[in-house]
Amino acid sequence: MVTTTEKMIGNYPDERGHFGPYGGLFVSETLMDPLDELREAYQRFMQDEAFLKELDEDLKHYVGRPSPIYHAKRWSEELNGAQIYLKREDLNHTGAHKVNNTVGQALLARHMGKTRIIAETGAGQHGVASATVAARLGLECVVYMGAVDIARQEANVYRMRLLGAEVRSVESGSKTLKDALNEAMRDWVTNVDNTFYIIGTVAGPHPYPAMVRDFQAVIGREARRQMPEQAGRQPDALVACVGGGSNAIGLFYPYLDDREVAIYGVEAAGSGLDSGQHAAPLCAGKPGVLHGNRTYLMEDKDGQIIETHSVSAGLDYPGVGPEHAWLKDTGRANYVAVTDQEALAAFHDLTRIEGIIPALESSHALAYAAKLAQTMRRDQIVLVNLSGRGDKDMHTVAAQEGLKI
Amino acid sequence: MSMLKEKFAQLRQQQKTALIPFITAGDPLPEITVDLMQDLVAAGADIIELGIPFSDPMADGPVIQRASERALEYHVSLRDVLEMVSRFRQMDRETPVVLMGYLNPIEIMGYQNFAEQAAEAGVDGALVVDLPPEEGQEFQQILQQHGLDQIYLVAPTSTAARIERICDLSGGFVYYVSVKGVTGASHLDIESLDEKLKQIRENTDLPVGVGFGIKDAETAAAVSQVSDAVVVGSALVSRVEALADQPEKIGAALRETLSDMRQAMDNAVHK
Repeated sequence: MVTTTEKMIGNYPDERGHFGPYGGLFVSETLMDPLDELREAYQRFMQDEAFLKELDEDLKHYVGRPSPIYHAKRWSEELNGAQIYLKREDLNHTGAHKVNNTVGQALLARHMGKTRIIAETGAGQHGVASATVAARLGLECVVYMGAVDIARQEANVYRMRLLGAEVRSVESGSKTLKDALNEAMRDWVTNVDNTFYIIGTVAGPHPYPAMVRDFQAVIGREARRQMPEQAGRQPDALVACVGGGSNAIGLFYPYLDDREVAIYGVEAAGSGLDSGQHAAPLCAGKPGVLHGNRTYLMEDKDGQIIETHSVSAGLDYPGVGPEHAWLKDTGRANYVAVTDQEALAAFHDLTRIEGIIPALESSHALAYAAKLAQTMRRDQIVLVNLSGRGDKDMHTVAAQEGLKI
Repeated sequence: MSMLKEKFAQLRQQQKTALIPFITAGDPLPEITVDLMQDLVAAGADIIELGIPFSDPMADGPVIQRASERALEYHVSLRDVLEMVSRFRQMDRETPVVLMGYLNPIEIMGYQNFAEQAAEAGVDGALVVDLPPEEGQEFQQILQQHGLDQIYLVAPTSTAARIERICDLSGGFVYYVSVKGVTGASHLDIESLDEKLKQIRENTDLPVGVGFGIKDAETAAAVSQVSDAVVVGSALVSRVEALADQPEKIGAALRETLSDMRQAMDNAVHK
């Protein structure tokens, strides 16, 4: 257990990727050396001024950073509690935070001399963000996507194909994000010489959880600079949705040592935690090993991974980044869950009251932020990571209302 | 002396290469696994590798992945697998059994608990695909305390330093993954295989087995000339798959495939 005063930034993970008992390197021998090579390259380039300058330029001119912070005044007024501010990752190129990471990893791939990029995707946002940077750098790109997700995210599949990526349908297991990740790993192990695997979240074997976090931490670094300028001070609480947890860690990480800032990660409770139909490993799972790291998982009594349920494809994952597992155990962050119905209600509220259509993933964060704000004073501040826009979710939301568009 | 060690010593005396068939426990029906193990021994298996079904077998190709899925339809658990080994042991006291699988089912059972029950059931060794030496020390100690060998993989991508380390830690035998890829992949190149095995042997006196990509009797014979053991998985499991709805025919099919391999290996001029 970490004492409340121990410095967390810069101390985790350890050299082998451990966040306390979580994280690590649980892969077959074939991938050990390639992961070592990746870790080395990553550590070298993150100290390389030319590389960092190139990354900054890309984030500024290609992604459109810094993303603004927006005070949702009407919504806050209506909730009659704390003031809600939104970190507008939905305004990034490609419509979500995912691109912060793919720009970084693709740049790394090019510097490592890799000519082929593979990625897994759930909602399709990470797949689109990967296909986008691959197109820009002229790299071959293959995206693995579960057959179930392909059916519910048609528009994103088409976007990836327009961008020149090959989308491979994954028919094994539950045909969702976890199976896409298995398949991408199998591709990587087979084509490891010329292929760079861009993992889209803060999970997977070391160095991925740390590397993806560091590429996403631009969110929190900007927010920490923007909040005093805009609101006169730092927020009292941070709220972000957690599937694998990359947008959440991106916002949380730069604030970890600001102990007065409360942190809330919001998982998908699906039809309710009691129903068993959810995707909330931190709230209702237990520790185990999957996809190269030790973390909280949705598993049965025999250690088999069980199928998850969420209205949002991007949260439909049975594991979670190991750093979140660690933040939960240390008590530095709180993890809660909201149901499909609560998320959908928040989706409609933000759309109608603020004129912003949020992604269903981000709607989970919004739903919890609304509840939290109502328990706080009007002069307090809640900062929500609006991790993506809802354009991709039109079909899903319409279907919930019995409409077909 | 461990049963694996004893078996390899025996084979060395007879100048034979070990034949190690792999099947997934519970595929396609839990109640026939023990019979299939006996069929494999009858057809010339020296050691049996028994797969523990897992929902997310990342290092396996489609054939063995589907075998896991078939077994999991019957909810075959690690406890069930140990129970099968125990039944096999009542009938066969000489053929070593190595369990192969992924860490999570073992982790949820608990290392200590697993090692105790595995030793009691008559398991001789364990190969945990996603547990490299860096993460495997605690598990290995516990296995050793119960007289079980931990088998580690060496891959084409393993550096010299890693090979040295893995050889130091391995028990029973060293398992060389002959191709970059998942189980059932093709393109096995005997010449570069021979070179890699020589490099491994510079680091260890343990027998070196070769697996991943041994599809037929011809390949098995070729590999047997440069290795101490030949591991055959997908080639057998695809026969199981083809007969999944006629389970009574599987035993004969496995015997046929495996004895062809045995014969080809024994006929090959030995190293």
